[in-house]
Amino acid sequence: MSEFEPKVVAFVCNWCTYAGADLTGTSRIKYSSNVRIIRFPCTGRIDFMLLLKAFANGADGIIVSGCHPNDCHYTSGNFHAKRRWIIFRELMDFMGIDMNRITFSWVSAAEGAKWAEVVNTTVARIRELGPYVSYQEMVNKKVEEEIQNE
Amino acid sequence: MSNLNTKAKELLASNTVKMFIGYEAGPTGLARPAFITDPEQTDRLIFDERCKQNLAVYLTKQEVKEYGKIAIVATLPVMRSLMVLASENQISPENLVVLGISPDGNLLNIADFSLMQTYIEKSDLSNPKGDEEKLAELLKLSPAERFEWWQNELSKCIKCFACRQACPMCYCSRCTIEVNQPQWIPVQANTHGNMDWHILRAMHLAGRCISCGECGRACPVGIPCHLLSMHLSNQVNRQFKVQAGTSDKMASVLSTYDPNDKESFIR
Repeated sequence: MSEFEPKVVAFVCNWCTYAGADLTGTSRIKYSSNVRIIRFPCTGRIDFMLLLKAFANGADGIIVSGCHPNDCHYTSGNFHAKRRWIIFRELMDFMGIDMNRITFSWVSAAEGAKWAEVVNTTVARIRELGPYVSYQEMVNKKVEEEIQNE
Repeated sequence: MSNLNTKAKELLASNTVKMFIGYEAGPTGLARPAFITDPEQTDRLIFDERCKQNLAVYLTKQEVKEYGKIAIVATLPVMRSLMVLASENQISPENLVVLGISPDGNLLNIADFSLMQTYIEKSDLSNPKGDEEKLAELLKLSPAERFEWWQNELSKCIKCFACRQACPMCYCSRCTIEVNQPQWIPVQANTHGNMDWHILRAMHLAGRCISCGECGRACPVGIPCHLLSMHLSNQVNRQFKVQAGTSDKMASVLSTYDPNDKESFIR
């Protein structure tokens, strides 16, 4: 059986992390190819439902990344995002969803090396955790089966 | 008790208010909301320990708003709901007569929102003891056990949305659950979709929920969904030192920020 290759979805902001990831490329820094980058206008735009959608569609891990505090293109998007993620993590943890699978980071447009490091450590961690079986099992459960089991 | 009835009669007879919202005894012995417009009907009103429902939910309904000025019997959770609704510009205090009532059924002297605020600040705002115990019990479990526990609970959900209907803060005329482009929440009442729905609701209520527990009481299959919002209320209080429904001038927690918000998880 082939080795488990984690699927990691990265939600990044257009102004800092996406440009940072560009810099990683133009600097010829090699990093894990398990990441699928999705570009957003701002971290403040990243709805928590998108993270749940990513897990439901088979992601094993998620990266959320944007501008450092005070560097937001829209002044306060990342501060709003920060509050939202503080609350969201508490809720996820309370419901038992594995928070080790989501990495939050601030990566600026000048931090190409940091982006590579964030991706590599996240992928290594997910590789250790294995596929997100418990979530997938829940998603694949059909309502008919649930009724039969009762 | 008779105080309440006389006061209601007075308000309606003098035409100060067009409708009086309170509780009455239902045919099965449970208390139910009463919407009284005729002063002669005010002797139907009751208040005792059965009267738990959060009546503030009706104030944002179109068919109630049409009456104009309304009087409402307000227990502590109702008062806190009114504060949140006023801070979100969903009700106008001048269109409202609030009859504050203590748990033992005595009318309180609450003429305006500032007096109500003082009363709320003096009151015990902690969650019901039973719920706190359940929260502590759940937090002792491992994350995997909690995931299992919630899956088990949420698999019962039939997506009737009674939790949403019973909640005074769930007043959006178009809820995300009804959006189908994109389809945020799976339509089927399967465990996954149910979990998505309850996560969505808890997040949208974060920092706004006043922990009345009405959603849990309204649930026909007995899912303790109020625990999610209560847990988040506790966390909001711990992290941002904010308690919902304590002022009518308060901005919502998730639509504001403080540059000094503390977290330790962002790299």
